[in-house]
Amino acid sequence: MTVTDDFLDALADLGVSHDQTTLDDLPATLADAVDDPAVGVPLHVDAALPESVATTFTPSELQDAATGVTPARLGIAEYGSVLIRSSAGGDEPVSLYPERHVAVLAAEDVVATGRDAVDWLADEVAAGRGSHVLATGASATADMGGLVEGVHGPNEVHVVLVEEVSDE
Amino acid sequence: MSSERKRKAAHIRHLLDTEGPLIGPKVSSKNRDRYDAAERFESWDSARDEARAIKEAAIADLPDLIERLRESVEENGGTVYVADDAADANRYVTELCAEQGAETLVKSKSMTTEELDLNDALAAAGVDTYETDLGEFVIQLADETPSHIVGPALHKSREQIADLLNDVFEPDEPLETAEEMTRFARDYLGERIREADVGVTGANFVFAESGSMALVTNEGNARKCAVTPDTHVAVTGIEKILPSVDDFGPFVDLISKAATGQDISRYVSLFTPPTASPTLDFESDEPIEFGDSTAASGATARTDDPNPDREFHLVLVDNGRTEMREDDQLRETLYCIRCGACSNSCANFQAVGGHGFGGETYSGGIATGWEAGVHGMDSAAEFNDLCTGCSRCVDACPVKIDIPWINTVVRDRLNRDADPDTFDHLVSGLTPDEEPSGLALDKRLFGNFERLAKLGSATAPVSNWLADAGPVRAGMERFAGVDRRRDLPKFQRETLVDWFDGRGPRVASDDAEREAVLYPDAYTNYVLVDRGKAAVRALEALDVRVHVPRVRSSGRAPLSQGMISTAEDHAHHVYAGLAEHIDAGRDVVVVEPSALAMFEREYGRLLTPKSADRLADASYEVMEYVYGLLENGGSPDALGSPPEAVAYHSHCQGRTLDLEPYTVAVLEACGATVRTSDVECCGMAGSFGYKETYYELSMDVGEELADQFADEPVVAASGTSCQEQLDAMLGGEVPHAVELIAP
Repeated sequence: MTVTDDFLDALADLGVSHDQTTLDDLPATLADAVDDPAVGVPLHVDAALPESVATTFTPSELQDAATGVTPARLGIAEYGSVLIRSSAGGDEPVSLYPERHVAVLAAEDVVATGRDAVDWLADEVAAGRGSHVLATGASATADMGGLVEGVHGPNEVHVVLVEEVSDE
Repeated sequence: MSSERKRKAAHIRHLLDTEGPLIGPKVSSKNRDRYDAAERFESWDSARDEARAIKEAAIADLPDLIERLRESVEENGGTVYVADDAADANRYVTELCAEQGAETLVKSKSMTTEELDLNDALAAAGVDTYETDLGEFVIQLADETPSHIVGPALHKSREQIADLLNDVFEPDEPLETAEEMTRFARDYLGERIREADVGVTGANFVFAESGSMALVTNEGNARKCAVTPDTHVAVTGIEKILPSVDDFGPFVDLISKAATGQDISRYVSLFTPPTASPTLDFESDEPIEFGDSTAASGATARTDDPNPDREFHLVLVDNGRTEMREDDQLRETLYCIRCGACSNSCANFQAVGGHGFGGETYSGGIATGWEAGVHGMDSAAEFNDLCTGCSRCVDACPVKIDIPWINTVVRDRLNRDADPDTFDHLVSGLTPDEEPSGLALDKRLFGNFERLAKLGSATAPVSNWLADAGPVRAGMERFAGVDRRRDLPKFQRETLVDWFDGRGPRVASDDAEREAVLYPDAYTNYVLVDRGKAAVRALEALDVRVHVPRVRSSGRAPLSQGMISTAEDHAHHVYAGLAEHIDAGRDVVVVEPSALAMFEREYGRLLTPKSADRLADASYEVMEYVYGLLENGGSPDALGSPPEAVAYHSHCQGRTLDLEPYTVAVLEACGATVRTSDVECCGMAGSFGYKETYYELSMDVGEELADQFADEPVVAASGTSCQEQLDAMLGGEVPHAVELIAP
């Protein structure tokens, strides 16, 4: 089992769907993965968002969007978490407000354990990038007498795993 | 006094009928999920050790950490306020709202603001406050208090919540399913969040070096409250500070597993506010102004420059915590990460919930420490006796807090504050203890069980007839709160020690594989003498030369009543009585698991460390010892044959000490198939089940165990209280496991 396999298993356990794609195919894969209307944050990998994903929008368009597309800076194989950075680019609200969150993650950024992620986070914080969320599956609650997904956050999470992002 | 007992008993009965049946299954299920999550996670125990060490160091270093945190937050562009008490914290938040002209405020779940009654202060200041955690939202609508640290509305059924929402909001179509209600609350609260002027969150952890904070939630409401309004106020206790994000690792791994049995919660946020995230003005038609989302790592300390429209205030609440830090016995409470595992693992909590087993704010095992520290002894006194010291929460706690000890210490302090009792003279001959006058009569009676047993044995069987007589039982109930529905122990005329003195050892020194001291705890010596005799025979069958010296009782009985000085006195006598045997190379074999738990755990606090270690190292539970003898060449053929099928309930403290597997292995080696119970506790826990106030709760808890074993032909148990409880619930005699294998 590779770390990627573990990660995909963990996603499946959480009910999180995924695509595996390459940089070249990423825009097309994303176009298929989003429900309209979609909003997004420019990606951290060298690919453009498809035209159907708006990068300029008003707060009410954010509120009404069916899908939010954001970069995911890290994946944790142990938990099936994706790490979203809370940046000036709006990753935090875009990953949180729409009902479907599509996270774009480079396969090479999947680490094995929560500890690896905390080590990575500590470095980020030291470098001045101090706000992130480890998001694991859809938002959920059992407070209303049964488990329900999709509370204040998304009720669907979809991960797009991009292979061979760097040439190194 | 008697009316006080009756009031408490009535309150407990009410909760057993109303909230317990709703909250019980939910916390039991989280408890089972916790076992599974811990099982799946290899580093569970090492992460607990690590977490414990980090918290110990952080609390030791707290004043310095507060200052470092202040510098970091201010450097980031935020403000720190250290509030001395609730009034101070509330004043700061309400004044801040006034300065901002804030009309509405949204909150993410925070026990610390519950502790402060912040919502009341905000209401008085004219600020509309909305709880956005769905459970907390329900509690706010119902105008109730949380019944669980993690799940505030766990005591409410879906139907009750639906009625509440339908009454308050009168929707066109009445809400019914969990999905409908969740959707409704999401929409309603979403609107409140979008229009709110201020967002208040708690913080699970705060990191001094970077000024960051961690928020752990499943719903995502904390994220929304923190980033949607322009102003974010985080209110949290000073004990939540850790040095740096590097220290976060074990807590990320532990907190959700301990709290809900989830491997990790849906959202673990690390915020370093004020954040760079764009502010969202939902009334504006202008596009959101985004900054650079891919700020490269740079030379400056911070590349995610805070959004200029954002404001951040960190309110650090002291409210008694500095005093708790200086209190050698309560300090550990500050290591608590508020996961609620002590509640979930507690059989009494499962039966009555946090409105019975809780104080003004906090509930569950650790609540005694919190309430004593932040609200005072009166709040702690309300529920402190509901901790039976069974110790099941000790293994559950992710930071290894000795919760039963905190409960015992607070009980001791409550005893010392008690008013002198009119009836002290009634038990004066029975209470040669070290305790202050005014200690409740029932506590004094049970705390001096050894003296009672000695007298009862010396005068048996007359004492047993007398004790069973109607007028005597009525008097015991009236004056000492001993419930007349509970069978009293039957004292034996011939004690174990006397029996052994007359009989002598049957294995000669020259033939002996080992020499052992069988420790005669008060029950084995005076009441359940047969299990002591069985233990002697089993050991001798495996060529152990046995000694049964006259030694005092372990002190468990007084300790359970919070009589620490008396327990300490016992500990010194027991050590003095056993030390020479240990010097002579003899092992100490203990029949009663709660006595062994004293030697292995509490004696560490009552004796000098060297003495405590020496006794603990030499001591074994009887079935553990037999297991060791079999492993070292002893033959099970020398022992007796147990019945083919045995249902075995291991004592709660025995399970915390991991003793259960030995009994199972020995019974199996002797040819039995064994089925074990999977309840946390039998409900009896010593004197607890005898008390009028708690009798019904004790039986309610016991019912689950009795149901599991209802059809079993042979039921065995290890602890005295478990044996008594099972006797009462199943009828007939429940033997100790050693009686099944003794020849």
